[in-house]
Amino acid sequence: MSPAKSRESTRQAGELPERERAAIRAEIGRERLLAMYRQMVLIRRFEERAEVLSGQFREGTRIKKIAGFLHLYIGQEAVQTGFRAHLDPARDATVTTYRCHGLALLVGIPPNELMAELFGKVTGNVRGKGGSMHFFSKEKLMLGGHGIVGGQIPIGTGAAFSAKYRKTGGVSVTFMGDGAVPQGTFHESLNMAGLWKLPAIYVVENNQYAMGTSCHRGVAVESIAAAKAPGYDMPSFTYDGLDLLASWKTAGQAVAAARGGQPVLVEAKTYRFRGHSASDAGLYRSKEEVDAYKKLDPIQRTRADIAAANWADDAAFDAVESEVAEIIAAAVAFADTSADPPSSDLSRHVYAEAAP
Amino acid sequence: MIPASRLAPPLRASRPINLKTEPINGAKGIPLGNGQQLLSLRMAICQALDEEMRRDERIFVMGEEVAQYNGAYKVTKGLLDSFGPDRVIDTPITENGFAGLAVGAAMTGLRPVIEFMSWNFSFVAFDQIVSNASKMCYMTGGMFPIPLVMRGPNGAGPRVSSQHSHAVEALYSHFPGLIVVSPSTPYDAKGLLKTALRQDNPVCFLENEMLYGHEQDIPVAEYLIPFGVGDLKREGGDCTIVAINRCVHWALEAAETLAKEGISCEVVDPRTIKPLDIELIVESVRKTGRCVVVEECYRTGGVGAEIAAQLMELAFDDLDAPVERVTTTENPMPYAENLEHETLPKPHRIIAAVKKACSR
Ligand SMILES: Cc1ncc(C[n+]2csc(CCOP(=O)(O)OP(=O)(O)O)c2C)c(N)n1
Ligand SMILES: [Mg+2]
Repeated sequence: MSPAKSRESTRQAGELPERERAAIRAEIGRERLLAMYRQMVLIRRFEERAEVLSGQFREGTRIKKIAGFLHLYIGQEAVQTGFRAHLDPARDATVTTYRCHGLALLVGIPPNELMAELFGKVTGNVRGKGGSMHFFSKEKLMLGGHGIVGGQIPIGTGAAFSAKYRKTGGVSVTFMGDGAVPQGTFHESLNMAGLWKLPAIYVVENNQYAMGTSCHRGVAVESIAAAKAPGYDMPSFTYDGLDLLASWKTAGQAVAAARGGQPVLVEAKTYRFRGHSASDAGLYRSKEEVDAYKKLDPIQRTRADIAAANWADDAAFDAVESEVAEIIAAAVAFADTSADPPSSDLSRHVYAEAAP
Repeated sequence: MIPASRLAPPLRASRPINLKTEPINGAKGIPLGNGQQLLSLRMAICQALDEEMRRDERIFVMGEEVAQYNGAYKVTKGLLDSFGPDRVIDTPITENGFAGLAVGAAMTGLRPVIEFMSWNFSFVAFDQIVSNASKMCYMTGGMFPIPLVMRGPNGAGPRVSSQHSHAVEALYSHFPGLIVVSPSTPYDAKGLLKTALRQDNPVCFLENEMLYGHEQDIPVAEYLIPFGVGDLKREGGDCTIVAINRCVHWALEAAETLAKEGISCEVVDPRTIKPLDIELIVESVRKTGRCVVVEECYRTGGVGAEIAAQLMELAFDDLDAPVERVTTTENPMPYAENLEHETLPKPHRIIAAVKKACSR
């Protein structure tokens, strides 16, 4: 029905030249870049393990411990990792979609708790009540894990309102998919933020598909952030979301703007390497396309950056892998040996327990 | 006496979705000879859409992933090939928008079918359904009836937690102007959907993901099932179980177990919640004297509450025991397997309720 438009590639956002990469690396510094690399590896390996345990991947025997939907963030790690590095967990709130494992690990929810949640155990992040789509942390101001497309955008807006109201100096970062842009909540939220100058950052993680609907079949304009932001009196940023350096750089600018009371709209051009969820045959995109993007794997690119700066050798990278492997093995063991929620949990927390 | 001919054809044992054995075009059943065909519930819905779209050019199908992806649950498989992109239309994720668009299209001569990828997402469209679709005919003095079918899976999916597990029969039945259909078998789904597509009111057509793979031998020849006519899914004399949608299957399972213990249950499937075939329920209760209502909605203001009230009004003297309600427990759906099991109105809870009713 609509005229076909050529799909933008992440490269169109501009591959950073090596000179600029070196400058950003210097700005980030060795310790921080290694820490972000480690976080991305942790997310990747955590999810790969979850994928096996959900039975989506048959590796020899099928050990199904995780049920329901399992939306993996694999491929997109650089986006939230870059943003998280600029946030102050004491006052900056984050919120995302059902694709929430990455953000939960980034804000520092213990992997044990998250794996136990995937297993539906009482020791889980939300006592086994939410599962894969609903990770939260009050302490780290991580406001979810939301299953309804677009449902989290007003919540992020509310966190920005609250920060302004309480004069905390905090900002909120609301992550969403490209598929959420057509929802009313997107437009309602951005208008309020623009109108009231809320310290809000909206990040569209444009992985180019909403389930099987490619972005150009779901959104009327080619370039989401650039086209939409002016309508809400906001500046926009568009960048290569498969590149951690670009992510870190852009996030820094966006967070600075928001801290100054200027809401912003960011579009990270990224890609999901796995299916939408468990039951996705993936017939809407070619293997060649997926393979081409896998060559831009953000973890590999970050590793190359670190190596280019001579900040780590193969032994150091191996050490990260083994440290992460231990964390994940421990999380699986913890989840496996944890108890199911007691029956009394069925009716508990339907209403608040403590008086306000 | 209820004529036994009201009993719908028996179900085949359910099989998991097997896209390999199901034909490319979901609308084409597997011929069995004798004027019968084998259809899964998903195919039965597709076939009803296919037949009615051929009859009536005003019908179009719109929703998320309904065309190129063949439906998130493959219900609309093949429709794009058969009817093209002008009549089978993928939308952005924009439920309130396309539900309202459908109301406008219905006001100007079309007969839209919209798919909610699940009824959970209809809440995004709640305003258009309630403020516009349900009242337009009345509010305009009959000038603008809204021939609109809203369909999609309803009820709990497999371990999908709080925001993805709602059953909406009771909720949408609350609003005058809406018709609420909740079929439990392929045969019923096909006949009811064809009726929905030939009448002039907004219909909430509630399917169930867990039943899409259920198969049944059904006639090749055309048939329609009117709204407001329930069906006996099992005959029995000791206790009436009124069950809705997926709960029909849990009720039949419970009835089978109870039969071994000497308790004979009659399973009544109202098939449409609004209008409701209360006569069939009353007729059955006159025979058994006991009634258990099983539904996936919540207890407060549930369909069971309505049926219990109507039974009190219409069959007070026929009841030997209070009406029992087996519903989803009053909590959002938890993810944990053991808690999900306890939340849903599964056979063990139905059996307990029947025994309680029969102990009086
Ligand atoms: C309101 C609503 N409609 C439909 C769905 C079903 N659904 C879940 S994810 C999804 C695609 C979302 O795509 P996008 O926003 O691009 O995020 P991505 O999955 O690519 O991260 C859809 C249609 C939903 N969860 N909520
Ligand atoms: Mg997307």
